[in-house]
Amino acid sequence: MLRYSLKRLLSLIVSLAIASVVIFLVIEVAPGDPASFMLGINAQPDTVAALRAELGLDVSKTQRYLSWVGGMLQGDFGTSYTYRTPVTQMIADRVWVSLPLALYALTLSTLIAFPAGIYAASRRGKPGDITVMGATQLGIAVPNFWFAMLLVLVFAINLRWFSAGGFPGWDEGFFVALKALTLPAIALALPQSAILARVMRSSLLDILSEDFMRTARAKGLSRRQALWRHGLRNALVPVLTIMGLQFSFLLAGGIIIEQVFFLPGLGRLIFQAISARDLIVVESVVMLLVFSVILVNFLVDLAYAAVDPRLRSRT
Amino acid sequence: MIRSRNLLLGGLLCLIVVAGALVSFLWTPYDITVLDIPNKLQTPSLQHPFGTDHFGRDILSMIMIGARTSLAVAIVAVGIGMGIGVPLGLWAASNKGGWIDEIIMRGNDLVFAFPSLVIAILITAVMGASALNAIIAIGIFNIPVFARLTRSGALSLWEREFILAARVAGKSKARISFEHILPNVGNLLIVQGTIQFSLGILAEAGLSYVGLGAQPPIPSWGRMLADAQTMVSFAPHLAMVPGLAIITAVLGLNLMGDGLRDLLDPRIRVVRQ
Amino acid sequence: MTFQGTKLAFASALALCAGLGVAQAQQTDITVALQLEPPHLDPTSAAAGAIDQVLYSNVFEGLTRFMGDGSVVAGLAKSWDISEDNLTYTFHLQDGVTFHDGSAFTADDVKFSLDRARAEDSVNAQKALFEDIASVEVVDPLTVTVTLAQPNGSFLFNLAWGDAVIVAEESIEGIKNAPVGTGAFQFANWVQGDKVELTRNDAYWGDAPALTEVTFKFISDPTAAFAAMMAQDIDAFVSYPAPENLPQFDADPRFQVLRGSSEGETILSTNNALPPLDDVKVRKAIAHAIDRQSIIDGAMFGLGTPIGTHFAPHNPDYVDLTANSAYDPELSKQLLAEAGLPDGFTTTLKLPPPSYARRGGEIVAAQLRAVGIQTEITNLEWAQWLEQVFRGNDFGLTIISHTEPMDIGIYARPDYYFQYDNPTLQELIETLDATTDPAKRSELLQQAQTIISEDYVNGYLFQLAVPTVADARIQGLWENAPTQATDLTGVSWAE
Repeated sequence: MLRYSLKRLLSLIVSLAIASVVIFLVIEVAPGDPASFMLGINAQPDTVAALRAELGLDVSKTQRYLSWVGGMLQGDFGTSYTYRTPVTQMIADRVWVSLPLALYALTLSTLIAFPAGIYAASRRGKPGDITVMGATQLGIAVPNFWFAMLLVLVFAINLRWFSAGGFPGWDEGFFVALKALTLPAIALALPQSAILARVMRSSLLDILSEDFMRTARAKGLSRRQALWRHGLRNALVPVLTIMGLQFSFLLAGGIIIEQVFFLPGLGRLIFQAISARDLIVVESVVMLLVFSVILVNFLVDLAYAAVDPRLRSRT
Repeated sequence: MIRSRNLLLGGLLCLIVVAGALVSFLWTPYDITVLDIPNKLQTPSLQHPFGTDHFGRDILSMIMIGARTSLAVAIVAVGIGMGIGVPLGLWAASNKGGWIDEIIMRGNDLVFAFPSLVIAILITAVMGASALNAIIAIGIFNIPVFARLTRSGALSLWEREFILAARVAGKSKARISFEHILPNVGNLLIVQGTIQFSLGILAEAGLSYVGLGAQPPIPSWGRMLADAQTMVSFAPHLAMVPGLAIITAVLGLNLMGDGLRDLLDPRIRVVRQ
Repeated sequence: MTFQGTKLAFASALALCAGLGVAQAQQTDITVALQLEPPHLDPTSAAAGAIDQVLYSNVFEGLTRFMGDGSVVAGLAKSWDISEDNLTYTFHLQDGVTFHDGSAFTADDVKFSLDRARAEDSVNAQKALFEDIASVEVVDPLTVTVTLAQPNGSFLFNLAWGDAVIVAEESIEGIKNAPVGTGAFQFANWVQGDKVELTRNDAYWGDAPALTEVTFKFISDPTAAFAAMMAQDIDAFVSYPAPENLPQFDADPRFQVLRGSSEGETILSTNNALPPLDDVKVRKAIAHAIDRQSIIDGAMFGLGTPIGTHFAPHNPDYVDLTANSAYDPELSKQLLAEAGLPDGFTTTLKLPPPSYARRGGEIVAAQLRAVGIQTEITNLEWAQWLEQVFRGNDFGLTIISHTEPMDIGIYARPDYYFQYDNPTLQELIETLDATTDPAKRSELLQQAQTIISEDYVNGYLFQLAVPTVADARIQGLWENAPTQATDLTGVSWAE
């Protein structure tokens, strides 16, 4: 196990190193210069040069890469070119919008998907199952930004139950902030819940055909009782795997939804930073997202390996 | 019974979309390159079944040509994913446990670790917004999907007797992969390909929506939605029609994918992300 | 006892009424939405209009300042004397002015600000404004003399720009995140990605503003802007981004819509050095192929004034030259044939993000196609536009609104991105810069407008309008936008 862990750890470090090079190269190649962008069309060339020097953009790319990576190893992501505040601070502020939003969406999608999936599985082949499955097909097909537009039209503009967007901050009170995240969370949750419900259903159906479930039925338990007592726990493994994948998707995938609801989250930060060519912010946020996914994968692999020793030899 | 209904309904929806796209090469109700600003924002009528947009263009004609854009981008992107991903997957499987397998699978993990939309935005920031760059951005993320799927499908086949027989006969690994393994993972690839195709359409719509897909005057469903956004409060049909077009195409492909799976091999599991 | 009790009750009821009345009449806070968030809060080191939009006149003031009608009046300088040769300006400063941190405003601050802006390592985005300054001398704490190297007819105008506001050496270090100025409002808080808050400066030297608390909210998405306004989450939206929504606000008695003019000449910029666009006949053909009214109707939903040259129509010196480029596709085709291009040609049309450019570009492309000119449209972000079009000159056509006030001088710069090189005009602008007599200046300006119009340097489309949507009870907002600013010093709630 130790040898396996070390091997995986090494591969994690190599992955991160490659990722940092790829991210840096892709972003540095992008045409456009942060200093020119900030100074606009009347700026004189010497002014732009002065600003580039002030921002530390006049050193070589290699040097910039090394200082970026060196800083990150110490938890310092550098200073934003446009905002002139520490990137770490900016990310910390934005995470407090994106992370709760992702959690909220995941909670909603679970609350919808679990009952729907269980219900469909318990009514396999009957009208109830067909209806739920039809609804999930539709849910998967709806683009979430389009759904978000409709939510704004109905609930913010026509009914005025929710504000159309923006985020008042957690200082304004938990429920005020939660309310502001409600429409975006619903828009994000809908397609995810449809996928999750399908996974839940098929995973339950697999379990139902297993021997121990047949035994349970033979002992006189009804199909539903057997499902609740024995099936659900066993069916959760694939469901949780999908939920893990979805969470990292939600964290980064909210980018368009954050745009529609003008939420000051990580996604919108990336958008702004790309258009302002605030390279260091883009690099750092992307790196952080990649890191979180790689780390989650690493932990999941370790957990699986701990449960099932056969896996250790596989990779 | 239900299963074939999936295939039928999905096939029908896809047929509508494909037919719209094909017909648009020969004929559209109106010429969308001509703007008719005095007749802008008309609600659906007999002359314009879906109304007109903010430049007075016929929305039905726009949707038909937009279908072309969506389908083309998605097909080529899935093609790239398959074209590169499948050989990689076969290669990895034929070297199971070796360093090539390790590199390919770790590479896959690495691509999966990147937030796809963010990378797509970066790619278009570097190379400019165009349909081609949207294809590349979507295509890259299709590679690991097909590589993984092919590898896992191929791994179980390598244990089978007819493969062992082929090995004993002295055939090379590469030859076995293409002659014996590939045909047997075909069903798997067709089913997953259909799903990826539908995801490609959604991705194209998302990229165009943020302005990074096909450029005007080529119509695209996602950009039509973006254009409609500020007018949704007084001309909701501008947003409804392209939205429903996307749903029709994606729903059709998904239903068809499920139907095909049940027809070809019900044990196939598709991956959705 | 009973009597006293009644009297007391009566008195308290009165007090209650009065209290309520006061509470209702005196709303003194306002939430103003803007489309763009400032990248940081130093107006003297970035071009971002969003910085001035929040801070100009509210937090920072200059020696002179713009009023809502575009005139330039005294600011921190209460008066000035100009020498006979127009080279020396002696400014007499307002007395008793303090910065928000309590330090006194003196001639030293003026010298510091101007010297900083024109220094070798200055990062001022409009450094050219200060180019003619030869020296800045402090005479006494309330008097400062500025000597120019050559006469500059627009020097007082230049000093009114947001890039020329007075900052203090003591607080310059933190200016980007905690700006310290002399204005009627002081900076309180900035929640990045969301809002900037200002509070009233009780020690303000001028008339105290009616508002006590100001929140600037940043809403970049036009749909969200509409929804936030409709839900009354915000009290006003300055420079409202979607003209298509204005009729809905017009129809709603809760709102007022101000349709102001701006300094933004929206033009189809043409690469004058790129064949075949270097041929004046081809440029003239383009000009006649364009139907301005359809562009204004289609892209701006009717909002905007057609222009025929690079000058703001609300300026008294404006000459209406739209007839030079009247919509006439037949003439356009004929001109193309004369230029040896009977079948038209193909060129690029690169469009920056604003909707006037993106939508206007699609319409222009369709109109040009009608006379045989094919365009390849590319949508660009600002950073790409600056690099490719503005600095790289890699374009055929582009659409952009030139929002700097009185910027006809750019036509005298042959290296400017549209690369127009006309010695006659260059000479004329040189004379203009050195002229201070208003009548003479007016004449020269009109000549310049005519020259560029007749040379068809660019396609002149329309003057960008600046719509402001606000709660119907708000008074005193600027209608026009002579500079990018949201001056709230004169704003109050009615009733």
